[in-house]
Amino acid sequence: MNGSEQAAEQNPQRDLQQDPRQGPQQDPQPAPEAGEPLVALDGVSKYYGNIRALEGVSLEVHAGEVTCVLGDNGAGKSTLIKIISGLHQHDAGTFSIEGDETRLSKPREALDRGIATVYQDLAVVPLMPVWRNFFLGSEPVKGVGPFKRLDVERMRETTRAELLRMGIDLRDVDQPIGTLSGGERQCVAIARAVYFGAKVLVLDEPTAALGVKQSGVVLKYVAAARDAGLGVVLITHNPHHAYLVGDRFILLKRGTMAGSHLKAEIGLDELTRQMAGGSELEELSHELERLGPA
Amino acid sequence: MTATAPAPAPSPGKTGGKADERLLRTSLLRKLLGRPELGAVVGALAVFVFFSFAADSFLRTASLSTVLYAASTIGIMAVPVALLMIGGEFDLSAGVLVTSSALTSSMVSYQLTANIWVGVLVSLLVTLAIGVFNGFLLTRAQLPSFIITLGTFLMLTGLNLGLTKLISGTVSTKSISDMEGFESARQVFASQITIGDVNFKITILWWLALVAVATWILLRTRAGNWIFAVGGNKDAARAVGVPVMKTKIGLYMGVAFAAWVSGQHLLFSFNEVQSGEGVGNELIYIIAAVIGGCLITGGYGSAIGSAFGAFIFGMTGKGIVYAEWDADWYKFFLGAMLLLATLLNHWVRKRAEATK
Repeated sequence: MNGSEQAAEQNPQRDLQQDPRQGPQQDPQPAPEAGEPLVALDGVSKYYGNIRALEGVSLEVHAGEVTCVLGDNGAGKSTLIKIISGLHQHDAGTFSIEGDETRLSKPREALDRGIATVYQDLAVVPLMPVWRNFFLGSEPVKGVGPFKRLDVERMRETTRAELLRMGIDLRDVDQPIGTLSGGERQCVAIARAVYFGAKVLVLDEPTAALGVKQSGVVLKYVAAARDAGLGVVLITHNPHHAYLVGDRFILLKRGTMAGSHLKAEIGLDELTRQMAGGSELEELSHELERLGPA
Repeated sequence: MTATAPAPAPSPGKTGGKADERLLRTSLLRKLLGRPELGAVVGALAVFVFFSFAADSFLRTASLSTVLYAASTIGIMAVPVALLMIGGEFDLSAGVLVTSSALTSSMVSYQLTANIWVGVLVSLLVTLAIGVFNGFLLTRAQLPSFIITLGTFLMLTGLNLGLTKLISGTVSTKSISDMEGFESARQVFASQITIGDVNFKITILWWLALVAVATWILLRTRAGNWIFAVGGNKDAARAVGVPVMKTKIGLYMGVAFAAWVSGQHLLFSFNEVQSGEGVGNELIYIIAAVIGGCLITGGYGSAIGSAFGAFIFGMTGKGIVYAEWDADWYKFFLGAMLLLATLLNHWVRKRAEATK
């Protein structure tokens, strides 16, 4: 038995038991939600040379809640995600994980702090079997010294069991993951993050390339992860999907915050209106009207 | 199989190790079709049968030993080149690196009048350093490995000739056969083992050992998982915490190690080394790996396949001699073999992925 083996075994239980406790444990902040956010961004900005990719963005991610980040193409959604997942560093503002101000230098560091990111199209290695993908980067090993080898039997069994727990009943964990549907691939990536004890799950447009039914499947797992006590960041440009599972909504527009709402404060129609460009859309419709008869 | 399966608490219904009932029992044939080395195995069988009929002397054990020797000299390099290709990269400097390695050990020993083993060890360090250089430049510069290793290929070709001329005055090194340690080094890198009345070169053992170790690494270690991952989808691998840079540098060091073994074999078989040798061999290694089922874009392949690829090379090269044909046909055969194997591999992989 070695360390990584044990850690991997305990992880699923740990995050299921621990996270709900975090809420009522301490409430130093006057915030109505009580409890410290798992991840908090305050006035975060990012510049690429003379390009302002993100300016003054603030958001909070709480355990057992879904924070949705909505925005059009080029609004800064992917920049935001890259800062949270440790691919890029912010240039201004503060980024704290469980109250500690942080600056992540690489994705591994984010993972070690409990932030797992599932990217839309680069979540998995298509030609590799499902079980190899599931454990990629955190493979359990047995044996000593140069004879340390993958615990293949355990990897296969765990993959099958964990996916079943998330409601994915795979026929064969040996099939290349590229043969699964887009929704299933997303779900495997989410199941993996949950299994490895993520506290915060960042999902980059998980439903963007999916049909209605597949999107529903993915959103169900997003809800399942939330109910398991994880904090979820859901990046999307579909307000309907966001409203189904979201608790907080951050609207981005051209790199700046265009709005920040709790679910209780905003209805789907208003969210859709703001998301669709709000006043800009009205202007456009006027323009089109005028053009019509002329 | 141990009984330590973690079996998390709420595992409903039919989790156990039993096969899923929707999964029809995979036939052996279908399982074989899913293997990357299938194309190479079929190809090797075809070539073997072909030359068994075309050349009378092909089936003698002495011929077999010659064919295996020819295959091993290619196979030793094809193994790490295959791993590198699975990891998504090329190494065009692999051919001349073999010569560089041989030149280094010969010249270091000769110039210092030291024990041969000093030169051999210095050569190991120098060769590995070149491997690290390739890998480091690649991961830092983010340029295609084709460009980077084309650069090192040209530089090494020039260095091999230039430095040899500068130091020895000619294009080949001095004979080192009378130097201390030569016999023991020859035992390791260029001896023969006699079984019955047939001599087998020791490179065959090196080759088989490398194939075994590489297969173990690929299929049963974390590093193997990472090799497939960095070749299959580098960004996804990086995102889940796979050390992409280390993996790639390690792969280039693997190529360098095999180049060192090949280089020492070259040196201790012939006592001296021609500094212009090795150019063009890098393509042979790559072709052996591709025939062996490695996907040229990375993420798929096997070490055993590369061994069959090298075996096809050995059989074709020597078979044409035994059949007493013009040696010019060798290239034609190889080209045809490459195309056929690649087409077969492509077809097989599509079927294997579609039928799941």
